[in-house]
Amino acid sequence: MVTNSGLVYLIALPLFGAVSLLLLGRRADKWGHLLATALSAGSFAVGLFQLSQMLGRDVESRPVTQKLFTWISVGSFNVDASLLLDQLSISFVLLITGVGTLIHIYSISYMAHDPDRRRFFAYLNLFIAAMLLLVLGDSYLNLYVGWEGVGLASYLLIGFWNQKAAYATASKKAFVMNRIGDMGLSFAIMIAFASLGTVSFSGVKEKAEFASEATMTALGIMLLIAAVGKSAQFPLQAWLGDAMAGPTPVSALIHAATMVTAGVYLIVRSNFVFDAAPNAQLLVAIIGAITLIFGALIGTAKDDIKKALAASTMSQIGYMILGAGLGPAGYAYAIMHLITHGFFKAGMFLGAGSVMHGMNDEVNMRKYGALRKFMPITFVTFGLGYLAIIGVPPFAGFYSKDMLIETALNAGGVKGILLGGTALLGAGITAFYMTRVMILTFTSPKRWDDNQRPHESPALMWIPMAILAVGSVISGYLLHQGKAFKHWLEPLFAKPGEHSELLPPIVVSGLALTMVAIGVAIAVVKYQLSEVDSVAPENVTEFTHFARRDLLQDEINEALFMRPGQAITSALVKIDQSVIDGAVRGIGQMAIGSGSSLRKSQTGFVRSYAALILVGAAALIAAIWVVTQ
Amino acid sequence: MDINNYLYLSAILFTIGAVGVVVRRNAIVVFMCIELMLNAANLSLVTFSRINGTLDGQVVAFFTMVVAACEVVVGLAIIVTIYRSRRSASIDDASLLKR
Amino acid sequence: MEPLLTIQAPEAALFWVLAPLSVIAALGMLLVKKAVHSALLLAWVMITLAIFYIAQDAVFLGIVQIIVYTGAVMMLFLFILMLVGVDSSDSLTETISGLRPIAITAALGFGGLLVSLLGHATLGREPVGLAEANGPGNVQGIAVLLFSKYVWPFEVVSALLITAAIGAMVLAHHQRSNVRPTQREQAVNRFRSGSLAGAAGLPGPGVFARHNAVDVPALLPDGTPAPSSISATLKARGDVIDSSQFQLDNVDTTVKEEK
Repeated sequence: MVTNSGLVYLIALPLFGAVSLLLLGRRADKWGHLLATALSAGSFAVGLFQLSQMLGRDVESRPVTQKLFTWISVGSFNVDASLLLDQLSISFVLLITGVGTLIHIYSISYMAHDPDRRRFFAYLNLFIAAMLLLVLGDSYLNLYVGWEGVGLASYLLIGFWNQKAAYATASKKAFVMNRIGDMGLSFAIMIAFASLGTVSFSGVKEKAEFASEATMTALGIMLLIAAVGKSAQFPLQAWLGDAMAGPTPVSALIHAATMVTAGVYLIVRSNFVFDAAPNAQLLVAIIGAITLIFGALIGTAKDDIKKALAASTMSQIGYMILGAGLGPAGYAYAIMHLITHGFFKAGMFLGAGSVMHGMNDEVNMRKYGALRKFMPITFVTFGLGYLAIIGVPPFAGFYSKDMLIETALNAGGVKGILLGGTALLGAGITAFYMTRVMILTFTSPKRWDDNQRPHESPALMWIPMAILAVGSVISGYLLHQGKAFKHWLEPLFAKPGEHSELLPPIVVSGLALTMVAIGVAIAVVKYQLSEVDSVAPENVTEFTHFARRDLLQDEINEALFMRPGQAITSALVKIDQSVIDGAVRGIGQMAIGSGSSLRKSQTGFVRSYAALILVGAAALIAAIWVVTQ
Repeated sequence: MDINNYLYLSAILFTIGAVGVVVRRNAIVVFMCIELMLNAANLSLVTFSRINGTLDGQVVAFFTMVVAACEVVVGLAIIVTIYRSRRSASIDDASLLKR
Repeated sequence: MEPLLTIQAPEAALFWVLAPLSVIAALGMLLVKKAVHSALLLAWVMITLAIFYIAQDAVFLGIVQIIVYTGAVMMLFLFILMLVGVDSSDSLTETISGLRPIAITAALGFGGLLVSLLGHATLGREPVGLAEANGPGNVQGIAVLLFSKYVWPFEVVSALLITAAIGAMVLAHHQRSNVRPTQREQAVNRFRSGSLAGAAGLPGPGVFARHNAVDVPALLPDGTPAPSSISATLKARGDVIDSSQFQLDNVDTTVKEEK
């Protein structure tokens, strides 16, 4: 494999930014954000350069590696800290650094009045560096380092405004729920090491053919748990909504370029594992299908613009996981959807940030309305993202989502019909709730107070939005043109098996568009053509109540895990206090008690001591008497 | 008469001396009771010497006397010293060890 | 086989007379109130023991018992008693609660068990008697043992004796912490003290021309008795006679005409 000494700069640049901004402290306040943005952009430039080099080589020699140093060398087990850049990694690298850089630029303005802007940028750079390490590591162990780094950076950023207790709690929640997934990944590494003797991607791929299916299934399920935790899939999805506590650029970064995409990356990267374990693969598809509906349903009830977008992310990632669960046929489309999603979701989050910026940080959509006139640029960029996400041709989402639906339907048999039907239904619901967001925010009559002064955001904020909007429009077409992206990634995956087409592609597209049209129509009728209250109405269906409470995800988590956990903990505390502390204190008390009772015999009177000697002598004589009798 | 009677007498005198040590408060009387106990032991030694037909018991009794003399000398000196500082010969007054 | 040692009737008689007496005297030691009486009773117990020693063919020990114990040690006791205990009244009421019953119970158990144990004990042979051992003489026999087999303990005990003597000296030695006032200073102090009553020195005991015993306080010129004229020991013992009966007021002062 070709080696290349330039890969390390991809990670080193943002990492240098993070370290120097954190170490320099207040001295870097004036220019820290510029340095961070420049380094992120530099990393993007290195990525582009690598892409150009990669395009210049023939298919076989496209992946390049770089060994940084020997990390672990124990007997026959060797792990090097080395990087791997192949077609999959470069896609992620460009998405992460490209979108990441745009978000950096946006944040310069968005966070301009925050006293801790330098720290914010340091964390952003750290996030980028960790995510790059995650996608560039050539083994599960290297990936794990980046994986944990992403977890740390997300914790720091979600809780960036940790002076508010609720925000700090949200970051803790995200971190703790991620830990469950991290445990899955560490178990996966252990399984790989124990049964395959290697943890590198190439090594596991080689041995996957010879390993038993049970081993691969266990490995696959552990990897799935990891992906579920990081990508906020069912049943570890609860942290995503609360993660909106972070500043809006962080939400954009988490949802579009980093963090939640890591799970998809992990599953696609481990394609050889799932191909060898059909049951685990099916489980992946099922999880994806559940989550895409789950997220979509939550999205229909949220009035908080960021939470509605978060629910939509959950749903869209569900599409990707579903695609990744469909095997070789779906991997490329999952990644393609991930990239197009990166454009339009980042654009919409930045748009939401722009709206909040103009509305005094108001997030309740019921207090918006008619912002189209006041924020035309935001309206246009957001609207393009909206058209992309609901899958209107020729916008980006149409190509990627359509292909996912088609692949799901063609998965074969009942499985295909169920998964494809779910995906189709999800498309309809997505159209409904995204239209709802659009209408409530931009086109319905105004519902805000007179002391609000909605205004367009500065250029530094809308330019990134505009670039992302362009991406939302054209990226799907470009990637799908002649199935370019599919062919680009194809060398990495096994050849997909032949499937009979359940329905011709044109019919699938027609069905999907019909679903979208229905969703849009319902939303228009419900929100555009009828009055919308500025407070959420209470006389709604039971289902809406459920959806507003995230389909009871927190309640279920609390009932299933938190309460029993607390009960066990308090029982353990009681046991600790009564039994263990009791024993320790009891020994102490015994010593004190026997000491104080013995002390009573120490009267200080010589005669009482003499009496004791006499008693002792009598006892001694008695003992002799007993023995000699 | 059985020669063991001397031993019984010795035991009784020893016990009486022991009771005296515990019961009496005057330091000098306590001391005298200790002397009584030593003498009772000496009687036993002399009797054993006679039973065994050797003089070793008497020699040991002789040593006991010497040691008792030493003890009396030092003990009485202590009593005098205590009396000088505390104006009392009661051993209950010398109970400072408790504190 | 004829026993080697038979105790003759005179010795038995001696024992049965003296043993109860010694036990009674020992018990008396516990019960009498005055320390001096205790000392005398102990002296009696020691004398009876000395007699028993002699009766048991331990002539040397018997003599040493009388000379060293009854003579020297008991004299020492009495001497210290005179020094210390004359004015210290010794109450027999127990001050430490529960001590006396414990002591008596333990002593009864101890004594009872010891006697019972001695009753059961066997030496494995018949008593031998000292007739053979005392062949060349009791003193000679002890001397031989003392200077051969027991010479090392003997030397150690002599060292102990010297150490005890020095220890007693150290303990009894009283270092003055202040300079003893001279007679001149005492006189000056007497005159400078509040009243001149004691300036001329303490009054002597006795009432002039009426009673001159040492236990009668002197009468001061104003007619009141002067307690300071009596020894503190007498006062502590309570051996003080009321001197007010000898005051002149109560005496017939009418001068009889001499013809």
